[in-house]
Amino acid sequence: MTTEQQVLDRIERARRRAPRVREEHITLAHGAGGKATQTLVEDVFVGAFGNPALEPLDDGAVLELGTSRMVMTTDSYVVSPVFFPGGDIGDLAVNGTVNDLAVSGARPLYLSAGFILEEGFPVEDLRRVTASMSAAALRAGVAIVTGDTKVVQRGKGDGCYVTTTGVGVLDRPAVLGAAHVRPGDAILVSGPVGDHGVTVMLARGELDLAADLVSDTAPLHTLAAALLDALPGEVRMLRDATRGGTATVLNEVARGAGVAMIVHESAVPVRPAVTGACELLGIDPLYVACEGRFVAFVAGDRAETALAALRSHPQGQEAALIGRVEAAPSGLVLLKTAFGGTRIIDLLVGDPLPRIC
Amino acid sequence: MRFVDEYRDGGRARALAARIAALCEPGRHYKFMEVCGGHTHTIYRHGLEDLLPRQVELVHGPGCPVCVIPMGRIDDAVAIAREPGVIMTSFGDLMRVPGGAGSFLDAKARGADVRMVYSPLDALRIARENPGRRVVFMAIGFETTAPSTAVTVLRAAAEGVANFSVFCNHVTIIPAIKAILDSPDLRLDGFLGPGHVSTVIGCRPYGFIARDHGRPLVCAGFEPLDVLQSVHMLLRQLAEGRCEVENQYARVVPWEGNRRALEAIGRTMEPRPHFEWRGLGFISHSALRLREEYAAHDAERIFDLPGVRVADPKACQCGEVLKGAIKPWECKVFGTACTPETPIGTCMVSSEGACAAYYNYGRFTRERVREATRA
Repeated sequence: MTTEQQVLDRIERARRRAPRVREEHITLAHGAGGKATQTLVEDVFVGAFGNPALEPLDDGAVLELGTSRMVMTTDSYVVSPVFFPGGDIGDLAVNGTVNDLAVSGARPLYLSAGFILEEGFPVEDLRRVTASMSAAALRAGVAIVTGDTKVVQRGKGDGCYVTTTGVGVLDRPAVLGAAHVRPGDAILVSGPVGDHGVTVMLARGELDLAADLVSDTAPLHTLAAALLDALPGEVRMLRDATRGGTATVLNEVARGAGVAMIVHESAVPVRPAVTGACELLGIDPLYVACEGRFVAFVAGDRAETALAALRSHPQGQEAALIGRVEAAPSGLVLLKTAFGGTRIIDLLVGDPLPRIC
Repeated sequence: MRFVDEYRDGGRARALAARIAALCEPGRHYKFMEVCGGHTHTIYRHGLEDLLPRQVELVHGPGCPVCVIPMGRIDDAVAIAREPGVIMTSFGDLMRVPGGAGSFLDAKARGADVRMVYSPLDALRIARENPGRRVVFMAIGFETTAPSTAVTVLRAAAEGVANFSVFCNHVTIIPAIKAILDSPDLRLDGFLGPGHVSTVIGCRPYGFIARDHGRPLVCAGFEPLDVLQSVHMLLRQLAEGRCEVENQYARVVPWEGNRRALEAIGRTMEPRPHFEWRGLGFISHSALRLREEYAAHDAERIFDLPGVRVADPKACQCGEVLKGAIKPWECKVFGTACTPETPIGTCMVSSEGACAAYYNYGRFTRERVREATRA
């Protein structure tokens, strides 16, 4: 007779096997940031491009150039609608890439911008997008130094897609990454989760719901720097909780570092409007994207210092300590529910959300 | 947040758990079935089993509409979706349910126009906005969702939206509970009744369960405190030697049900002689189809359907899981060949399916976690 534990062990072994894309066609799930995305990246992309700089699959690649260390990152933005409360595809494209550099510990320097425009897209809208890109770049202290434009036939695109690539320089000696996370570390979020994702979902106007919410899109480089300066050498890693949300970050790190995460549901900051929309739609806010929040893993005994450093920054006033890293059960993220029970937070399967970044 | 937090209060939960433990007879094992998949989801999502004494076991029942739909019906729906000019609409839960020839998502990736809607009225709106297309709503669910389909059909008929039709797969809960009660391998001590279904049908139809089968039933709400309180009410009935239908979810469920909703169903739909349930087989008078008067909006009459019965994959034990005869992890393919990303059985697809709930939320042994988190 097989016991439950034997079955669970068998499942964990199955989950550790190298992933294979089994579908014959790309589905929307491959872009949702969950399990299907991870499988696609690891099987198809790492399979084809594998090299030491790529393989940690962190937000940016750390590159040695002579005596200096650079970080390079790239991201494409296909958000629909192009304009939404609190932002648009332009500041999203700048902030998102700046944040990928910031959470790698780098000082953002230069960006490229590639545009794929659909025939018929209003030039006035493009001016609005570029104006907000310019403002976001100014705020983040980066320059957009090169770019590209392509136009596709009507119906072959969705108005405007933007791709940005960023480079930054690592000033601090420490390198951040999932490999440094260990049992005992504290887990923090830099602010309430899910604002951006819910705002964009509601802005699409398909749900007949309205809420007083704006996107959280913002550059995180000064907040990241404040934390890194307050805890030199004791920040293990940072990651911005974009597609797939906080839950996806926790899962990727648990798996990458071979540790467990214990998160307390009542400690996770979520705005009431986000909770409400998520309840109605049957979505867990932990899976909803943010564009101006990061998850931080820091040495356990410095949790209070880290929290104080974040809260003393204007962007981190609602930061919170949400849980701890444990040794076992390895690879799993567990949630202590407000109700008093325990459950798993797994990687997202499928695509419950419209495009939000 | 109001209307959410008060039903998830940890302090109240602990107090109720203590009262539940006090009601349990030493040495006795209690087995209660939650009929509805919504309860299964709540139980796992809030880790409710951590608050119950070991001697109280919750058995997951057949009340997940996505889980009980047979593969042949999915194939029929995919065949409709692939017809030229068709826009197929359905609830999100159904997108990944595999038929014999793939799911809606697969059909979509191959070029079919399949759209997710939150209400059948959204499907009707799509039909109005696309007069040149044939818009089909894949209707699924128990008496909970049947009224909204009925109202949509009535509206489509009144407005003359000729390009809108419904592929009706509505099922009814009472025949399924009868099938469970008649199955020999289950010894249940009571039922948590399906709260949402009961908002429509009321509590009266469950009378035979207490009267003829000697099992108590408590109509239960869907917040974790509702479920815990309903377990407490069942245990109190057993302790006091009572066997009745009780209504825990009185804030939503009227004892007599919702007459207008039932009327809308009755005007537009009639029972099918029989319908196949996944895992449970053919059950008489267990499903609804559109009445002849609404033939113009009945996809089954408009489209030429393959109508082929597809046997479940041999390895899949969804039927046993749906009847509560085995736990999800006792299925041979659970978690290895059958996972939420590559489901073999329907119980692994819907968020209300017992296998998906266990895999996504409960894939650990509670003892081990208690050890890990003691510090």
